[in-house]
Amino acid sequence: MSSILTVDDSSSVRMAIRIALSGAGHTVAEAGDGAEGLGKARMAKYDLIITDLNMPRMNGLEMIREIRKLPIQAGTPIVFLTTESDVGLKEQARAAGATGWLVKPFVPDHLLKVARKVLG
Amino acid sequence: MSGNDPVAAFRIEAADLLDATEQALLDLTHDLASRELIDTVFRGMHTLKGSGAMFGFDALAAFTHHCETAFDRVRKGLAPASPDLVAVTLGAMDHMRALVESDDPALATAGEAILARLHEALASPSDNEDLATDAPANGNAEKGWHLVFRLPLDAMANGTNPLILLDELAELVEPGLARIIALPDAIPPLAELDPSQCHLGWDVELRGDIAREAIDDVFIFVMDDMELQVEPLELASPPLPEPNPEITAPATAAAPVPNGQDGQPARSPGRMQGGAGDSVRVPASRLDVLMDRVGELVIVQSRLAQLADSGIRGPAGELALRSISEEVERLASELRDTTMVLRMVPIAALFGRFRRLVHDLAHETGKTIELVTEGESTEIDKTVSEQLADPIVHLVRNACDHGLEPAGERRSNGKRESGTIRLAAEQAGGEVLITITDDGRGINRERVRAKAEANGLLAPGAAIADADLLQMIFHPGFSTAEQVTNLSGRGVGMDVVKRTIEGLRGTIDLTSEPGKGSTITLRIPLTLAIIEGLLVRVGQGNYVIPLAAVEECIELSLEEDIRSRGRSMITLRDRLVPFLRLRELFATGTRPDPYQKIVVIGTGGERVGLVVDQIIGSHQTVIKSMSRLHRGLPSFSGATILGDGGVALILDIVQLVALGQQQEERLRAAG
Repeated sequence: MSSILTVDDSSSVRMAIRIALSGAGHTVAEAGDGAEGLGKARMAKYDLIITDLNMPRMNGLEMIREIRKLPIQAGTPIVFLTTESDVGLKEQARAAGATGWLVKPFVPDHLLKVARKVLG
Repeated sequence: MSGNDPVAAFRIEAADLLDATEQALLDLTHDLASRELIDTVFRGMHTLKGSGAMFGFDALAAFTHHCETAFDRVRKGLAPASPDLVAVTLGAMDHMRALVESDDPALATAGEAILARLHEALASPSDNEDLATDAPANGNAEKGWHLVFRLPLDAMANGTNPLILLDELAELVEPGLARIIALPDAIPPLAELDPSQCHLGWDVELRGDIAREAIDDVFIFVMDDMELQVEPLELASPPLPEPNPEITAPATAAAPVPNGQDGQPARSPGRMQGGAGDSVRVPASRLDVLMDRVGELVIVQSRLAQLADSGIRGPAGELALRSISEEVERLASELRDTTMVLRMVPIAALFGRFRRLVHDLAHETGKTIELVTEGESTEIDKTVSEQLADPIVHLVRNACDHGLEPAGERRSNGKRESGTIRLAAEQAGGEVLITITDDGRGINRERVRAKAEANGLLAPGAAIADADLLQMIFHPGFSTAEQVTNLSGRGVGMDVVKRTIEGLRGTIDLTSEPGKGSTITLRIPLTLAIIEGLLVRVGQGNYVIPLAAVEECIELSLEEDIRSRGRSMITLRDRLVPFLRLRELFATGTRPDPYQKIVVIGTGGERVGLVVDQIIGSHQTVIKSMSRLHRGLPSFSGATILGDGGVALILDIVQLVALGQQQEERLRAAG
């Protein structure tokens, strides 16, 4: 099915995302921070990138801005993980070029719904 | 670490989350109006509920949901944060902990009771409103909707696919009941057209009973930047004219989106059996240091292999070998230190528990008690930290129950009404010092003496040093509380505390000033795995005496040995110190060395000498536990392996000191 990159510094969140998405037949690549995520995004085209915003080394906002400059990822939906309290952050992430968001914590159903929503 | 099991990872995260939320709740008791704390509690519950549901902890999620709702009401100003609410919620935290650990259906009853109290505690009558879930879809337009929308120009560049949105809209209604018309009026001349920008608008008519929220849901990610007009379809309104049928958007005709993802993702099957307690969180930087050391070790190993293969012999070879040996020694000791540090956790987690305990105790005793903690970043071995919990609980209980006076008594003694318990930790050399201080009434010597005399621990009227009198408290079964209250006196005495601390190779000290308060000092070795030892020989066997317990080493001359036979006491700076001849104790059957030594060891105020044949020197002792068959042996606490492959037993200082004291008492009794 689709090839998805998940970028998060929490391994349990990555694990949960991987399990949920691979259960639906997607291939999931992982990165532990924005710099690693950007590196992977340079190397291969993904159908969807799911990223946390608060990460060491390179945060999600910077990574999204950088990915939006990459021709290989033109039009790739980028969904960021956020919490309901981060209203301001949501604005910033969309301004940086994010497609949508997923409110943390999420259940696999939410994740799949959002993935379907942006993957079509 | 938790490997590949998100449930195990969740358990650890949940435990941390519960602790943090509990701390916020406790802080909230002092500052009921703090928005920040209320938010913290709410967020904690919120995350716990969400992640719990994510990992199959449905009972936990359902229960937490109610607490979350309660705090959501508080957060929104619909209900005040009352002491009652905080107290009930603290109880609820315990229930959540239980739900994280077990899915026992019996917990449901307890949960319902807590929820009933929670509803009572919320000042306004609970309307069971489900604040945290989505509002129910109420179809307020049974006929349908008319939409006109334009996406932001950069929508496609930012990953939004308009076709998917149109598909989603169409799927809201029965097939054929959606009419979608593109609005091309904003498309610029070709020369100015940027194909990555979205210039089209759409006019959409949806016929059917759909909630307005469902439409907003489709546009959720673009809602804030787009132009969107939504109107209910008028009953009488004629079908939309189709101004430009030839450019109707292809969306309705688009190939149906593959929808095969219906298979539910694998919910984590079966929960992990063990709790989260078996894993240790290690900062990555520490692992990096460990990796560096291992890398160096590999390099040295290859140097050694090279030397072995090179055929260099003679002095040059020896020199090279010695240099490698030194390198290995340095690396081994660094590796040991780095690895030991991996097991270290900040004592803050341990101290954190006591805030709750003191809060509950203050409630039960009706006293005002303030807990002050210091040195929370002090690190201690994880196992040690776990084993310290019970003794410290007992000591803190004692301090709250017996140490601190009721407010009235404090006032009449000119003290502040609220009593203070201070819990402090600091690292001192290879030990961690933990002190529990209260500013209460101090220990009543007369009562201790009376009790000791009544229990036959002390001859009536016998002279005894103050420090020794205080030590009486640690005798088995000793309790000065006039009435056994609910708090202390639960069958665990100070003797058990002392034994547990000594089991960790630590010591416990007590000082107390009448009217001012008491201080208990625990000295705990940083780790259980490696100690500095004094290697000695008795007969033909080697033994290790923990260096921390060694006070001094003196020679036992032959004549003194003969003179002291039968009474086994030496005079050390005007004090009689009993000693044990290890050769006789262990029945080695060998002749004594002409120059025997006495190693004087001590715990607390008690000292005893151990007669050994030879002192070999200090020794880095890696403690190995005894086999199951030998574990019950008194006098030995473990074993270690020496450089030559031989085994040395580690002497159990506490046992030996007790043995020496018994011998002393026997001799005294014999006159």
